[in-house]
Amino acid sequence: MEKTVNNKAWFMVLPVLVLVAFSAVIPLMTVVNYSVQDTFGNNQFFWAGTEWFVDLLASERFTDALVRNLIFSFSILAIQIPLGIFIALCMPRKGWGVPVCLVLMALPLLVPWNVVGTIWQVFGRADIGLLGYVLNNIGIEYNYTQDPVAAWATVIIMDVWHWTSLVVLLCYAGLVSIPEAYYQAARIDGASKWAIFRFIQLPKMHRVLLIAVLLRFMDSFMIYTEPFVVTGGGPGNSTTFLSIDLVKMALGQFDLGPAAAMSLVYFLIILVFSWVFYTVMTNVGAEKPETKGE
Amino acid sequence: MANIELNHIRHAYMPNPQSKKDYALKEVHHTFEDGGAYALLGPSGCGKTTLLNIISGLLRPSEGDLLFDGVSVRDLPTEARNIAQVFQFPVVYDTMSVYDNLAFPLRNRGVEERVVDETVRHILNIIDLESKAHRKAQGLTADEKQKISLGRGLVRADVNAILFDEPLTVIDPHMKWVLRSQLKHLHKQFGYTMVYVTHDQTEALTFADKVVVMYEGEVVQIGTPNELFQRPQHTFVGYFIGSPGMNVVPCTLEGDGARIGEHVLPLNGIGRFGSGASLEVGVRPEFVSLRPSGEGLPIQVQGVEDVGRYRIVRAKLDDHDFHAIVMEGEEIPESPSAVISADNINLYADSWLVGREG
Repeated sequence: MEKTVNNKAWFMVLPVLVLVAFSAVIPLMTVVNYSVQDTFGNNQFFWAGTEWFVDLLASERFTDALVRNLIFSFSILAIQIPLGIFIALCMPRKGWGVPVCLVLMALPLLVPWNVVGTIWQVFGRADIGLLGYVLNNIGIEYNYTQDPVAAWATVIIMDVWHWTSLVVLLCYAGLVSIPEAYYQAARIDGASKWAIFRFIQLPKMHRVLLIAVLLRFMDSFMIYTEPFVVTGGGPGNSTTFLSIDLVKMALGQFDLGPAAAMSLVYFLIILVFSWVFYTVMTNVGAEKPETKGE
Repeated sequence: MANIELNHIRHAYMPNPQSKKDYALKEVHHTFEDGGAYALLGPSGCGKTTLLNIISGLLRPSEGDLLFDGVSVRDLPTEARNIAQVFQFPVVYDTMSVYDNLAFPLRNRGVEERVVDETVRHILNIIDLESKAHRKAQGLTADEKQKISLGRGLVRADVNAILFDEPLTVIDPHMKWVLRSQLKHLHKQFGYTMVYVTHDQTEALTFADKVVVMYEGEVVQIGTPNELFQRPQHTFVGYFIGSPGMNVVPCTLEGDGARIGEHVLPLNGIGRFGSGASLEVGVRPEFVSLRPSGEGLPIQVQGVEDVGRYRIVRAKLDDHDFHAIVMEGEEIPESPSAVISADNINLYADSWLVGREG
């Protein structure tokens, strides 16, 4: 059957295009515009070409923040994904425990980000915070405002507390969708617990895990509010991640050109990483294309 | 291989069953003989799958005992019972190859790799998937996946029994026939004890030596396909087996005859068994011959269906549905009467067959 070509259809999608233009394309283009120019007061612009990009990629400040951010993202992924799978496996599948667990799991996700930051900021204080006070009193020195290790630990544990639930809920959704017959067959086949996990549960969670990894990577790579509230990027620059650095540059120093260049590079990095993750994870375990005439 | 003895087994899915109604399985007492091919036949929800899961250990019966070769296995877990079971919907391990899927039950039990290879190749040949042995199970069709499930049920040579839970539901009709003959062939070759659950009478009658008919959680009859046809022990068996099912018409006793409306059907001696219970006579449409009015019971023809080799006459007998089968070439008289030889009449009291042995 031949496809009908009807150009009138474009009018139908026009409203969406206009909306997307206003919400995404035009703001993005403004940033592109800033990134190639130098701005002064009174809206004076001077062409700067690729200068800001060259400066940015050569600057230690940017690469340090990038490395810190990558370490942060991979650390929380390395903790949250296995932990999330583990908790999901431990959750009950039926009975009154199900709603209780689901509500408990959903709670951290419902807390606004700056409130999460504030909770941990107070929680960790050595003078009045439960955690900080207890730790210091049992002889573990803990001060996130002065010790970079303590600051990192706080930020990572806070993120794990805040977001592991998301991984749990996604994995749980994957697990409950496995028909009972699979477990029955595994028992008939004499499969061990590990084999059941490896050959039934993990493959069935594959898709939701893909979503979990992508979401958690993007979110953690863009993290701003919580560490900003707790540590403000310190001590020194030790917890200054890309977004914190970006805000400092754009709103603190009002360097719009370099900040715009950084935004674009930042955006591209997230895009590339997400694409790589997606490609790798969809190819793992996927069927190789069938050769004809087999 | 083993004798499987179900000793007064009852099962309820609720914790404190009170009345008979609460039981999904009401008292089953029966032995599956070593090496027999059995079919469990009955409508959906009659307790077939429950019974099967009790044998395999996926369910623990509320009451009664289960013995393999005289040894109680009631408290043994599935893994320890050495049972193979094939489920209604294909269960395959997606990330494994077809070969590994079949090898899985053997490897889990620590079978030597050389023996694994030999067995798996043999089974691959039987289920006709040799060419796809090293493909991942994921991309296969439903047929092929179910063949893998079947194959996994067959790889272990030493199983006590192989249980099939409507395994051919998702398979297309032509393949169904092929696989069923393969199963029968395997049964003859290796003498497995096989229990085959189905709601399809053709499947049950062609597969099994003995058919166990279940209805509302009870076994209503166990017998050869012929016994089920000739002497249904329960009106349900009469309805369920045969197409169309048996004619069952309420009657009252009059001497040694059954009175249906204004007419009396001679019962040849079995009438004396009918007590005060609600009585019915059952007659297979195959045993009804139609004559011009005068002899037998007058019926009002409502319609005739031609199904090829024979015609089905749909009629009313004293306001009850009544079917008769007329072979090709035979005439259907105008305003006919149904003539039935007394041997082919079954008498039911409260739905159960009375009189006549066997």
